[in-house]
Amino acid sequence: MTIETILYLAHAEDDGSLGRSALEALTGAKELHRQLAGATFTVGLIGGDVAAAATAVSGCGADKSYAISGPDFAVSRYASDAAALEAICRASGATVVVAPATSRFNRVMPGVAQRLGGRIDTHVGGFSVTGAELRIQRGYYRQRMIATLTRAARPWFLTLDGGVFSTWEGAAAAMQFESLGVAVGDELHRTRVVGYQAPQANAQTIRPDAKLLFVAGVGWTKKQSDGQVHLDDAAKTIMGFVDKAGASLGSSKSLVDQSSEGHNVFSFMSHLNQVGQTGSTPRHPKGLSTCCHGEEPHVVGWRFIGERRAINLDTNCGWAQGKADVLYVADAFELVRKVTELL
Amino acid sequence: MSTGFHVVVLGSLVPDLLQTLEPVQGPSGPALKNELMLPAVLDPWAAHALFEAAHVAAATPGSKVWLVSLGPKAKLQQLMMSIAQKVPFELVAVDGSASGFTDPVDVAEALAGAIEKIPSLDRSRLLLFGGCASASRDAGVTVQLVGERLGITDQFLAADELTVSAEGVLTVLERVEGGRYLVSEVAGPPCAIAWATGNLPEPPNNPQVGMMNMRTIMPALQKAPAIQFASQGTVFQSVELPKQERRTRIVRDVPLDEMAREIADWIKG
Repeated sequence: MTIETILYLAHAEDDGSLGRSALEALTGAKELHRQLAGATFTVGLIGGDVAAAATAVSGCGADKSYAISGPDFAVSRYASDAAALEAICRASGATVVVAPATSRFNRVMPGVAQRLGGRIDTHVGGFSVTGAELRIQRGYYRQRMIATLTRAARPWFLTLDGGVFSTWEGAAAAMQFESLGVAVGDELHRTRVVGYQAPQANAQTIRPDAKLLFVAGVGWTKKQSDGQVHLDDAAKTIMGFVDKAGASLGSSKSLVDQSSEGHNVFSFMSHLNQVGQTGSTPRHPKGLSTCCHGEEPHVVGWRFIGERRAINLDTNCGWAQGKADVLYVADAFELVRKVTELL
Repeated sequence: MSTGFHVVVLGSLVPDLLQTLEPVQGPSGPALKNELMLPAVLDPWAAHALFEAAHVAAATPGSKVWLVSLGPKAKLQQLMMSIAQKVPFELVAVDGSASGFTDPVDVAEALAGAIEKIPSLDRSRLLLFGGCASASRDAGVTVQLVGERLGITDQFLAADELTVSAEGVLTVLERVEGGRYLVSEVAGPPCAIAWATGNLPEPPNNPQVGMMNMRTIMPALQKAPAIQFASQGTVFQSVELPKQERRTRIVRDVPLDEMAREIADWIKG
């Protein structure tokens, strides 16, 4: 029987803390450690200053801990991140590497797996241990089918999607981190991180931590009962609701495509809001879909939405039926306005 | 000195996104029911990458675009009929499975091998493009794996914009958490960019472009090397459709105030 060495990897955020997804992945890694008999548990952190992150994970009971910090690792850059993570993986002798599916790690982790001759599975949504065999679950074909699989190859890299596990909340404890040195030469500095830029939008409408996802479909831009299009009214109604409910705003593909094709639609909506096949599949406890009549928002975009409700004018909407818990057959303009008033 | 970029786009076919998919157990692992009969399209994110590649090439004289595509030869030929008129490119075909259940490491090896064999490719001018994930495996790892094999250490994932300054500096906007972009600059090629949707609309069909492309597409398909993937210790215990059928309660012919109250209570609860 192979004794696994589990390595949990995380990166400090810009403020030095660990993000929610990193703490959720730690819960997942600990659960894996609990299930894999005899496995050793190792932690690896990278970042500009990992002191706060180290404190946050110090109570996790790791057998060994590594850290790589300094200005070169403060920013999300493939070359320096890959060098740092490769060094930690080699030092730890990890056979199973668990990391959060953040944008920074999504970018770099495949390259690290390649350097170590390993295999990688991303967007892991769960795992189980049968005997000594680790099995993972992940989606294929944009979550339209779920597979359970195992791999013999090691090291096996797993990135865990957010929302699968609860956040780690262990008390701080004494923990010694071994600091590893990684030389970052000029060849790793070819990329210069300039900073962050908000999308061209009047307001931040994507809120990953929101309890509610509000999905606006293309119906908002269609002719209403008076035979007219009411784009300004629709924009005010949508944004009024999103702001009052503290919701995250999602959109169907057909709506954001109108914008890229030069039509006059909502200035606050971009492809970043799109959910579904070629958009995101966000995780929120609740979802309210309005004026959507397609597969994408209801089937794919809602895959990880807990409670789902929909508002549209078609009682027999084939995509809402069987996908939503409740379907309100009503004019979304009026109903959403009234709901906003009550919030 | 040569100028312009050599843009290699990784992209293959996926089942039309509106098709109902059903998993079956094939002789070498999971597959899709009637997979070879399903209508196929160019993977959506890879298509964006191809359009962005053509855009960059058109704006930078001396540039050239290759589309490196792994899939069953007959299906690739069908696919080319639908995309050949979009933008100018030269096809590099690899005859093998385009299934989402193949291992990305094996796929990357095949793709990198095909790229290394492109005779006129100048790796110092290489921009490796692809989608930020596929609509089949949906892993978001292939571009990075190929990039690593080609020795590219400047990589970007989920990019929506690439601009090239007069000095040749590339500025890339990548999607990151919270609906923001991470802005990075890289001194120049080589680099790898896995595209999200980008900002370009789908180009209209241009028959002249189609005729030009078809001159190289058919020879590329004829000489496409055949690749067989082995499972190499990977075992799929099950592949199934998610069971998410819900009992939908229909609320109609109810006063709007009552509906609004119910929704508001649900949101607050």
